[in-house]
Amino acid sequence: MHDSITVDSKPAPTPNQSSSQQPHRAGPSTVSVHAGEARQKPNDAITDSICCSSTYTFDSTQSILDYIHEKQDREEYGRYGNPNEKVVERKLAALDGAEDAILYSSGMAAIVGLLMTKLNAGDEIVFFDECYHRSREFCFKHLSRFGVVTHQVKTGDFDAMNAAINDRTKMIVSESPTNPHLTVVDLEQFVALGKERGVETLIDATLASPFNIQPLEYGVDYVWHSATKYLGGHNDLLAGVISGSKEKLEPVRKLRGILGCINAPHNMYLLERGLKTFALRMQRHNENGQRVAEFLASHPRVEHVYYPGLPSHPTHAIAKRTMKGFGGLITFLVRDADWRQTGSIIDACRIPRIGPSLGGVESLIEQPMVMSYFDYAPEQRAKFGIADNMIRMSCGIEDADDLIADLEQALSQS
Amino acid sequence: MKFRTRAIHVGSEPDETGAVIPPIYLATTFIQPGAGEWGTFDYSRSGSPTRARVEKVLADLEGAAGALAFSSGMAATHCAMMLLEAGSHVIASNDIYGGTYRLLHKICSRNQIEVSLVPAHDAESIADAIRPNTKMVWIESIGNPLITIPDIPAIASITRPAGILLGVDSTFVPPAILRPIELGADIVMHSATKLLGGHSDCLAGVLAARDRQLHDRLYYTQNATGAVLGGLESFLLHRGIKTLSLRVREQSSTALRIAQWLEQHPRVRRVLYPGLASHPQHARARNYMGDQFGTIISFELTGDIAETKRVCSATKLFGLAVSLGAVESLIEQPATMSHASYDSAARAAAGISDSLIRLSVGLEDADDLIADLDQAIGS
Repeated sequence: MHDSITVDSKPAPTPNQSSSQQPHRAGPSTVSVHAGEARQKPNDAITDSICCSSTYTFDSTQSILDYIHEKQDREEYGRYGNPNEKVVERKLAALDGAEDAILYSSGMAAIVGLLMTKLNAGDEIVFFDECYHRSREFCFKHLSRFGVVTHQVKTGDFDAMNAAINDRTKMIVSESPTNPHLTVVDLEQFVALGKERGVETLIDATLASPFNIQPLEYGVDYVWHSATKYLGGHNDLLAGVISGSKEKLEPVRKLRGILGCINAPHNMYLLERGLKTFALRMQRHNENGQRVAEFLASHPRVEHVYYPGLPSHPTHAIAKRTMKGFGGLITFLVRDADWRQTGSIIDACRIPRIGPSLGGVESLIEQPMVMSYFDYAPEQRAKFGIADNMIRMSCGIEDADDLIADLEQALSQS
Repeated sequence: MKFRTRAIHVGSEPDETGAVIPPIYLATTFIQPGAGEWGTFDYSRSGSPTRARVEKVLADLEGAAGALAFSSGMAATHCAMMLLEAGSHVIASNDIYGGTYRLLHKICSRNQIEVSLVPAHDAESIADAIRPNTKMVWIESIGNPLITIPDIPAIASITRPAGILLGVDSTFVPPAILRPIELGADIVMHSATKLLGGHSDCLAGVLAARDRQLHDRLYYTQNATGAVLGGLESFLLHRGIKTLSLRVREQSSTALRIAQWLEQHPRVRRVLYPGLASHPQHARARNYMGDQFGTIISFELTGDIAETKRVCSATKLFGLAVSLGAVESLIEQPATMSHASYDSAARAAAGISDSLIRLSVGLEDADDLIADLDQAIGS
């Protein structure tokens, strides 16, 4: 196995320039198409074959002994990984600028796999409070059962985070941008705090994707993506990934082999295929997100728009400094609407489908209060900043004009 | 709604599960309501839910009355040719895919179908070739490999009054750029293996028909002969169509940059790309295709056949392979590869020289592709 993509830099030559043999830094679309794959594949096929084997055979007892003694890089049993998964792990590592990446059967399986590896009874972690409600639920309801203590502090409040760290703290965690408020965290400050206090740092970059931000460049220890979203991109697979250094990820991979939350080869093939258009799709998600956010911000029925690409967003300056684009997810509040009236605007939309998830080619729309927080008490929802009149829309790659026209007609109803 | 929005949503309407991506049906047969009573689907050669969805979006995007999905592009072309009968005459472009040339000259000819090849970019040459038994004209919306551009409305104005079917293989020009039916074609054919699928991982063919009656005739033949597209491939094709217009726009714009770069290269004799002002039918291409000229470039080196072979083998990003239209860029030598099925005399007559190289421009960064060609061609 070898990669065909080199990663040093050289501008495109002009025709009369002599062909120098300097390495050339591949752009994000070239990396999306080629990185991680063997240049020449079995049977000379241009795409990777789907290898559905549950186990892998040895030609003799001696081969097993060689495998054990020499720590050979080969397959053994499907729970420890498969060739399709390894290709995608290499491609994702290249996109994240990481040494290694580990795939899981879903985004939640990835965070659970990492936290279960790194935390023991008595350890503590600190989260910024704007986060995916299932991440929060796992820490408070389940990690707590194993003696791990979770603290939450206000998003972006580094003094509060610093104060919450003690000598039992092992890790600080944040999303960037956060869900659903799209707050962008200052990664320089985040990493500096982790280094100063000797704790590891984890960023959930699902909403940014490796196209828009590269947290490892800032010195973050682990990057986590729900690959179900922009990476897969077609709303047709579940997967999660953790990127970082080989050394830090080695025990994580070992535990995954025991827990078994791996990806089936068919699923990995779809993810690999989806990644081919990753850079292209992200450009469009970024464009659509920006245009739809600007449209909403100017609409009289919209009270407020949360989108890091708008100057009105409190973390716009950080976003502008650190992100290439701002993605397709937009959260907004409807003016003078209760939760029923807000729901009727969603029901009036004809293009975005009503559903959870984000980052696929098809636009999706939902009301966080109904979709994710319906069972919470009003005061809890208020604590997490989930307003009754809040709508979250994931802009797909349809024409922005169509999305805007659809929102226009939906907002003009009733 | 606009093209890209329809490409994403038409045919993907939710079923009873609410799944945003409809389930993949692999069933070969379907339980019927009663003996002699037929449900929507009966046996999957006649139709299956997953294939029906991709056929629906294809018909919508082509502006056709209906579309049919086949197991390969050649299966689709063959189905169209089965509209002919012994004694029929077909006029085809002399700048066509080698596999179509072979089908017409080695297979259809055995059924006493007569074939004339003409330079189809000159509509008069088609008018001149018409005989009383001419039943079909078959052209490519961009010729392969010499990138000639026919005037589809002018040809339709000849075939329509004469009751001759006009079939257009639009494999090089997907409906995101041009819709031949809008320009007067009766049948549009695609090797969907190429830009429509777009990921080099499913073989598929498409026929889309102008009117319902023609569609029903083609469907009858498809069902009777059975070269249908399977459920998994239908799903992959449908998935590829969702990013079609994005891919085509990006790959066309990269192809134009590469064509312009090649045109200035001292070791390149000529470049055939419709987006170049030097292309003989550039004005026509601009008229019908707007600002996207497709992803295929042919060019000739100043060197001999050995030098051509060397360059084809020296690229690192462009893979040496036939096929085209996918995210991975490819390079090939038509004389020995895609058009090896031509008789050598026909190749020479068509102007397919040994020094011709065909590029399929993929989705990689343009700078990376130009750097690769630069090192392969050398100075």
